[in-house]
Amino acid sequence: MNAIDWEITLLQALLYAAAAPLLAGWIHKLKARLQNRRGASIWQPYRDLYKLFSKETRMAHTASIVFRAAPYIVFAATWLAAAAIPLLSTRLASAAMADVIAIAGLLALARFFLALAGMDVGTAFGGMGASREMFVSALAEPAMLVAVFTLTMTAHSTNLASVIDFNLQASSLLRPSYMFALAGLILVAVAETGRIPVDNPTTHLELTMIHEAMILEYSGRHLALMEWAAQLKLLLYGVLLCNVFFPWGIAVDTAPGALAGSLLAIVLKLLLLGVALAVSETVLAKMRLFRAPAFLNLALLLALLGLLSHVILEVGL
Amino acid sequence: MSLEQLPLLQQLMLVLAAVVMFTSFVLLEQARLVAAIHAFAWQGVLVAMVTALVAAGSGLEHLFFSAALTLALKALLIPWMLHRLVRRLELDRHREPLRRPALVIMAALALVIFSYWVVTPLVAEELLFTRNIVAVSLAVVLTGLLMMVIRTQAVAQVLGFMSMENGLFLAAVSDTDGMPLAVELGVAFDVLVAMILFGVFFFQIRESIDSLDVDRMNRLTERVDES
Repeated sequence: MNAIDWEITLLQALLYAAAAPLLAGWIHKLKARLQNRRGASIWQPYRDLYKLFSKETRMAHTASIVFRAAPYIVFAATWLAAAAIPLLSTRLASAAMADVIAIAGLLALARFFLALAGMDVGTAFGGMGASREMFVSALAEPAMLVAVFTLTMTAHSTNLASVIDFNLQASSLLRPSYMFALAGLILVAVAETGRIPVDNPTTHLELTMIHEAMILEYSGRHLALMEWAAQLKLLLYGVLLCNVFFPWGIAVDTAPGALAGSLLAIVLKLLLLGVALAVSETVLAKMRLFRAPAFLNLALLLALLGLLSHVILEVGL
Repeated sequence: MSLEQLPLLQQLMLVLAAVVMFTSFVLLEQARLVAAIHAFAWQGVLVAMVTALVAAGSGLEHLFFSAALTLALKALLIPWMLHRLVRRLELDRHREPLRRPALVIMAALALVIFSYWVVTPLVAEELLFTRNIVAVSLAVVLTGLLMMVIRTQAVAQVLGFMSMENGLFLAAVSDTDGMPLAVELGVAFDVLVAMILFGVFFFQIRESIDSLDVDRMNRLTERVDES
């Protein structure tokens, strides 16, 4: 690990923060086009963030220090988790902390403070949103871990950088377990990032909102940080799915040419993922909240089948 | 032997076998009869595809024939017949969700693990790679059995029975390069005849207990004629 590695690692972390609103804007734009609207420009999320950062921050009288600190903790934890996932190269300094269980832990920390902040002010919506968020994530977490275990059992490592390296070497193989793990992780990602059909990111309808209910009391830069963290989480899951299951194009060294190629590859992959997400959000309707367990049970079933088919069909040979 | 050494054809076969197992679970959890019939049809398509792949891999020509037979019978004819029956019985809007879906799924997963455990000595013998598919086929058979046990609706039970047959066929094809053609034709016609008989029975059952919920048969009592 030399100084250049650290610079690129830092650059990658900044790239995550800078690119997150762009992915959200791209998906917004696509959804608008699919609904026959012209839609806002794909730079709109940046303008929104800028506007929120320059606005005054108001707080409820009942708000405690938790409410004040939560946006910073949520944003920092999410950003740290994102920065650990190899975006451009598997040979960066951040590869050492790219452990999937640590990443799941960081995301859980962010979620914990998000839910606390939701309950802190004492409004009905905040508490409701927090309890719903916990309800969904308690079901999503086992599915995510089992799906991840399928990967780690195949690659014999919980480190994402080694998993990606392993997949890159054996990328011509058809693995039934990966197919199931991918399907399970997609469902988990949809639930965790609060997209349709589990949660609608654009609604403020009191009966259905989950994520929006928790951040209803925030304004100004606090709200900006919360929104930014949500966009980062979407990008994080997108990169996780793209780079782990479709690792083609990612650099295995830190040469500038390879990094540029890797950037191009991940941008293409994320653009395609955005199209898939926008189409699925257009054709699907949001589920009732109490259908969410069935949805996440399916994710768990897929993940478990992935694990079992790895043991039955791939190891026992 | 490891996955890396298998040719692409056999890797594809493993993937398809895994998807067959998944369709079994879909069938098990399906609340709507029409959707369950579709899942069963897809399972038939997948089994036919595995058969065709085995045929292409081994060069046995009669397997192509049995693949075509499977496709025609299990993916098209039987689902079509069931579809027609369901429409004539006016059950196409019928919904019967599982009472405890998570528990049933866990039971089915336990059956998968059990069938793997049963097949382990076979695999240890270092035989054909397709022995692994035997575990999957056994799991499909047992899941079909589980479906017959937990479903109280007669049509759903028949679907479970038919998917058991799919599992057996998958085992035969992948393990022993298929049965002789005469046996296969016999089994195919057996299944067809069974299907026709089931169709007749559905109407009989409904006429006598006014429902296709066979659970009600438990409540039948012998009426003692006092006269």
